[in-house]
Amino acid sequence: MSEPPPRFISPHAEGEFYWTSGADGLLRLQRCGDCRRYIHPPGPVCPYCHSRELSPEPVAGTGTIATFTINRKEWIPGFEPPYVFALVEIDEDPTIRLGTNIVGCAVDDVEIGMRVEVEFEANGEWHVPLFHPLPVERAEE
Amino acid sequence: MDEPLERRAVISGAAQSDIGRRLYRSGLDLTIEASLRAIEDAGLTVADIDGISTYPGMGGPFGGCTGAELHDALRFSLNWRDGGAETSGQLGAVHKAVLAVAAGLAKHVLCFRTVNEGSGGAVRASGGGGGAMPPAFQYLIPYGVTSAANWISCYARRHMHDYGTTREQLGAIAINARTNAASNPQAIYTDPMTMEDYLGIRMISDPFGLYDCDVPCDGSTVVIVSHRDYAPDAPNGAVHVNAMGTALRGRPSWDQFEDLTTMAMRDSAASMWERTDLTPADVDTAQLYDGFTWLSMAWIEALGFCEKGEGGPFVEGGARIAPDGELPLNTNGGQLSSGRLHGFGFLHEGIMQLRGTANAPVADCEVAVVGAGGGPESGCLLLTKEIR
Repeated sequence: MSEPPPRFISPHAEGEFYWTSGADGLLRLQRCGDCRRYIHPPGPVCPYCHSRELSPEPVAGTGTIATFTINRKEWIPGFEPPYVFALVEIDEDPTIRLGTNIVGCAVDDVEIGMRVEVEFEANGEWHVPLFHPLPVERAEE
Repeated sequence: MDEPLERRAVISGAAQSDIGRRLYRSGLDLTIEASLRAIEDAGLTVADIDGISTYPGMGGPFGGCTGAELHDALRFSLNWRDGGAETSGQLGAVHKAVLAVAAGLAKHVLCFRTVNEGSGGAVRASGGGGGAMPPAFQYLIPYGVTSAANWISCYARRHMHDYGTTREQLGAIAINARTNAASNPQAIYTDPMTMEDYLGIRMISDPFGLYDCDVPCDGSTVVIVSHRDYAPDAPNGAVHVNAMGTALRGRPSWDQFEDLTTMAMRDSAASMWERTDLTPADVDTAQLYDGFTWLSMAWIEALGFCEKGEGGPFVEGGARIAPDGELPLNTNGGQLSSGRLHGFGFLHEGIMQLRGTANAPVADCEVAVVGAGGGPESGCLLLTKEIR
């Protein structure tokens, strides 16, 4: 994708940080200050302990592809197929899945279980989290 | 447990409007047509109907008609009306009607689902963007996935990965639907489909190809839910509601559901079986949502017709799910070949099978299961010819 596709980002109140976090190169997720669990999508109250001490915290930005699809139909003008949509389980908490596009490899090379790392696409005021395969030597760390 | 309240309800009438790929008729027009047919089928008049229940009501997907529009169009006088999408899938409208009848709020509830997606398709072509997008979609739409084809294909792929499910096994569901559609005069697609056709068609969202996806259409389905006291007077026979499956025990999310190899039907099915002494072995036909092929497979597993993960081998080759097989599936062609009536087409077919008036009747059909939905919300009904 040479031109960034139209992303139609329209964040809800608690979610705006997700789309701006990448300005400093870091992926952030909402985390509970009391029970320390990660929460996604972000919300006003911790779903586990009902604390309101919630704030975005940086995560490593690495994870594993839980599943994916190779989209081959054009649904949105400017969003040119084929492209991969994947659900990535983050290393800090694999119950958290981030929907994303997998970039930096051929669509046919994507696999369940593949180790991936975040990168950010500058798109207007947003920094859109995308994931690319981790180099093999780092994937085996 | 006390007798489940749903045993007090029957389905006394059922009918559909004309159904087609593009009819260029309004949702209200189609709904009125199906309503008048269903009311007559139940041996009732407009004045007898004192309840209306619809899915999804105002603002739902795929066009249609609101309960209020129908209410006013035929000047119903109602004791109860309900419509909404935040329920146990499309059949939630029926679940609520059953409860209203069982509670004595209404005697005869007209339940409907109308789609005019075929004619109205142009209005959806603009894709994502703008407006107040529900938070659950704000993490999907930016990645170019606006269709349930994208979201559900992710589950199908994980099912393939974990259990060895194949495209040919999904194809058996598509081919079964197409074969069954041949006997349905309202079906959209009836040309025979081979496995070569299925595997050769263009991919939409891999692993789903075009023939894994159902077909948008225009049409309305109406059923009349009545108190069982009315059953002897129903001129075309009343079908009994034995159990309803309404549970939503997982996260209501397309992408955060705990298990990536099933969906909300896991809980719909479990909660239905908790409310009856009948078992999967008692079921004579299954009418299971096939908005995408894999959803039918997930329903088969959820309902316990086979073990979790064994849905692929269960449907492989198609013999088991054929009209003369052990579990005749989607005997009217399903949504894959007969059009996306959004769950209610399966309900109509289940009723016709129990009455013995289906286009292709299953032998000695006494128990039918109907499951609708795929994704964060779904629901099911266990229907019987006699009270059980």
